[in-house]
Amino acid sequence: MAEKVLEVEHLKKSFVPGEPVLNDISFSIEKGEVVVIIGPSGCGKSTFLRCLNRLENIDAGTMKLYGENYEREKRKIYELREKIGMVFQSYDLFPNMNIMENLILAPCKVQKRKREEVIKEADQLLKRVNLYDKKNDYPRQLSGGQKQRAAIVRALIMHPQILLLDEITAALDPEMVREVLQVVIELAKSGMTMVIVTHELGFAKAAADRVIFMDKGYIVEEGAPEQFFENPYTDRAKRFLESFNYGTVDKQDRGQI
Amino acid sequence: MDTVFIKAHVPMYAEAAGLTLYIAFWGILFSITAGFICSIIRYFKVPFLSSAVGCYIEVSRNTPLLIQLFFLYFGLPKAGVVLSSESCAVIGLAFLGGSYMAEAFRTGLDNVSHIQTEAALSLGMKKRQIFRYIIIPQAAADSVPPFCANIIFLIKETSVFSAVALADLMYITKDLIGIYYNTDEALLMLVISYLIILLPVSMLCTFIERRMRFAGYGD
Repeated sequence: MAEKVLEVEHLKKSFVPGEPVLNDISFSIEKGEVVVIIGPSGCGKSTFLRCLNRLENIDAGTMKLYGENYEREKRKIYELREKIGMVFQSYDLFPNMNIMENLILAPCKVQKRKREEVIKEADQLLKRVNLYDKKNDYPRQLSGGQKQRAAIVRALIMHPQILLLDEITAALDPEMVREVLQVVIELAKSGMTMVIVTHELGFAKAAADRVIFMDKGYIVEEGAPEQFFENPYTDRAKRFLESFNYGTVDKQDRGQI
Repeated sequence: MDTVFIKAHVPMYAEAAGLTLYIAFWGILFSITAGFICSIIRYFKVPFLSSAVGCYIEVSRNTPLLIQLFFLYFGLPKAGVVLSSESCAVIGLAFLGGSYMAEAFRTGLDNVSHIQTEAALSLGMKKRQIFRYIIIPQAAADSVPPFCANIIFLIKETSVFSAVALADLMYITKDLIGIYYNTDEALLMLVISYLIILLPVSMLCTFIERRMRFAGYGD
């Protein structure tokens, strides 16, 4: 049995009292595992990811990174966030810095690593995602797909033990979706532990070791991707997948984001 | 037009312009400092101080500079605090300018998307680092236009200082008119003096604003 990277037990979260967004979520992920979370808009999947690195405070439950509790500690969370990488839907590169400066800021200032060493690693990572020639460009000069790849590198260069990807392709054109997902699939192959929230079911199928289906703040169903996509246990999951076939829910979802 | 009069009083105007610039310089410098501190207090919502700053901004922006000066010059001595005209002028300008600058900086700070902070937090950065490396540089670019407008506004506001017996441009103009009745010449020299001071400032502002716009950070 592989080592547990992240363990969450009985996590509860509500923004408005009495209207829970996350209801008693228990979840764990092993080293090298890729978990994909899918579900309708507003089901709590993004909130769940944001709770994992404490961008949102939780109401109840425990969270452990490599056996170390971090659901309450205020000071420790800054250190833990170094180890939990996160990439957002809107890239959120820092527009006042060029790509290289974006990448080396946190390693130099937070981890106090040597600038030369970090630049060397950034060069390598940028080559890996085909962005080496863009390293002196500013984010505004890049396409959406390029920005998102740079944002992934910015998270990777911190050497996170787990990577959280929050709908990272939702704002991209189909062609760019591909180039970004290619990078993620390569990461998965290289053994990166990842929790991915996505609406790209094809990608979920290709990348996931395990699929979690959420609705109304509950984990409704959980299983291997083949099993989930071919023959889901619950009616709710069946309905969700069917609506994707007609493409109707997909469109509605995007309209709401 | 009495050219002899004009020539004879150029040195006097130059001196008064020097005084106006001197007061404006210190007043604006303190305004920027006060405004910066106030905007930081409000940005971080520091308990108590934040509401104190809020009160200050409302009082400062909603009372005329002339009244603020009267308070400093005629009011404070009754409480035992006697200030020179120059001190009153600098303090008055800083009191007024502080709130305007605070609002200019706040515009910039508010314009920086909250997700920028979250992205930086998720990289393990501390609040102070985020403020210094990410928020301030982006806010600065957005603050430039209101900042420049405030500088010009504050320099023009110095014309009120004649009311507290400070021998600035306005004061000597009124003086000369009173003594010689050369109203046209004195007012012409007054207008020209202000233009000589303000036009370069205004052009510099336009230049900086354009530079910042071309270096615009927008996606």
